[in-house]
Amino acid sequence: MGAVGLIEKRVLLDASGVAQVLDRLATEVAGLVAHGPSAVIGIQTGGVHVARRILDRLAARGTPLPSVGTLDITLYRDDIGMTREQPQVRRTDIPFELSRTGVVLVDDVLFTGRTVRAALDALVDFGRPRFIRLAVLVDRGFREYPIQADCIGLRADTEPAERVQVELVETGAPADRVVVYERRA
Amino acid sequence: MPSMNHLLELEGVSREQVATILDLAREFKAVSQRRIKKVPTLRGITVVLFFIEPSTRTRLSFEVAAKRLSADTLSFTASSSSLSKGETLLDTARNLMAMKPDVVVLRHFASGACHFLARSIPAAIVNAGDGAHEHPTQGLLDMFTMREHKGSLDKLEVAVVGDIRHSRVARSNIQGLLTMGARVRVAGPRTMLPPMLDRLGVRVFDRIEPAIEGADVVMMLRIQKERMGNDLFPSDREYARVFGLDATRLGLAKPDAIVMHPGPMNRGVEITPDVADCGRSVILEQVENGVAVRMAVLYLLSAHLLEG
Repeated sequence: MGAVGLIEKRVLLDASGVAQVLDRLATEVAGLVAHGPSAVIGIQTGGVHVARRILDRLAARGTPLPSVGTLDITLYRDDIGMTREQPQVRRTDIPFELSRTGVVLVDDVLFTGRTVRAALDALVDFGRPRFIRLAVLVDRGFREYPIQADCIGLRADTEPAERVQVELVETGAPADRVVVYERRA
Repeated sequence: MPSMNHLLELEGVSREQVATILDLAREFKAVSQRRIKKVPTLRGITVVLFFIEPSTRTRLSFEVAAKRLSADTLSFTASSSSLSKGETLLDTARNLMAMKPDVVVLRHFASGACHFLARSIPAAIVNAGDGAHEHPTQGLLDMFTMREHKGSLDKLEVAVVGDIRHSRVARSNIQGLLTMGARVRVAGPRTMLPPMLDRLGVRVFDRIEPAIEGADVVMMLRIQKERMGNDLFPSDREYARVFGLDATRLGLAKPDAIVMHPGPMNRGVEITPDVADCGRSVILEQVENGVAVRMAVLYLLSAHLLEG
């Protein structure tokens, strides 16, 4: 797959690698949501799919299920009005009382930390959560903001100019993979 | 998503662009339904509400929309501006530019005033109604409301009844609805129907009944006494009797047809109170949806305004 203008450089995880990493991530998330009212909230769009995979695993294990939400951070970005075109706004859906709920935010790739910063601001507009933790499938480094994840599926060595993409079958990929791409010159 | 430089009219705006605005408005409507009805998106953007012609609801709607996006707003109204002291529109607008607005929302009695301003000052212009030309955000909020109720605008049968000639609301709706694939019928007294209306692709009736028959949407327009002489129809009572929407006439439309009105209503003239307040009336939803649609427009216009 891969977007236009990108050349595939290396595969960080194949289908079985993705499954293993998700299993471990699900175990860690289960520990976070075990006590008191809890929720798993996926960040649009990649985080929503990873959150769904984690929740499927919790359901399969018979773990009591947390509330589920999706969060779009577009309206909280720090570069609105600085780009030629406005980014697309996607659905935010938090169909439960956020105050006094423990939240596990889920994203696919942790990079600069800007998305997570926006997500924290967006979440507190909905209420005052008991706590917020962060779970990511891949941490590729190069943070620009002081943000760290609590649960990390895979730590990857990458170059700043590279692009890390989590490809899942539900988004149209032929197989689950985590791939590093290089931007075509 | 594709951004815009100005919103002057719906004529010439593509189907994709209209769909983009309507889809976006759905997400912004959700913002207005949250506990904290505000997002930080347009911090640092200044919106001037430049209203040369009186308007309360449209100005308030734009003001609420801008504030829910965290933009700053300045209000300039006819009575408070120097236009009443003889200053030209261009001179007033140039003075406004000293306040460094990013977006100017203009309501003006002259058709084409927004095009003029768009050529004259370096700000994004939103037409909030210019004379008898267009009122694009009203057209958008009407289409948004129809889409919420009917799912799609494609092949929707929409009847627009009343003073078509003086109505910028009718013009924006006709342009937008035809672009989106709806079928539009208009009806009104001959004195209130502009010539060659059928060339736009709408069906024209000089009686209300055939226009309403089988319609999915019945949109009643306000009789705009401020824009017309006294010779267009004999009396309010006669207008109500021949062109007013009452329960019997509404019975000609589809059983699930919705009733719309851009406000302010002349109860007992173009619409009877029982129809205005009935379960099929979506008139108050139109007002709520106006805020969402205007948030979407302000968002799209603000691309690259903070560049550099």
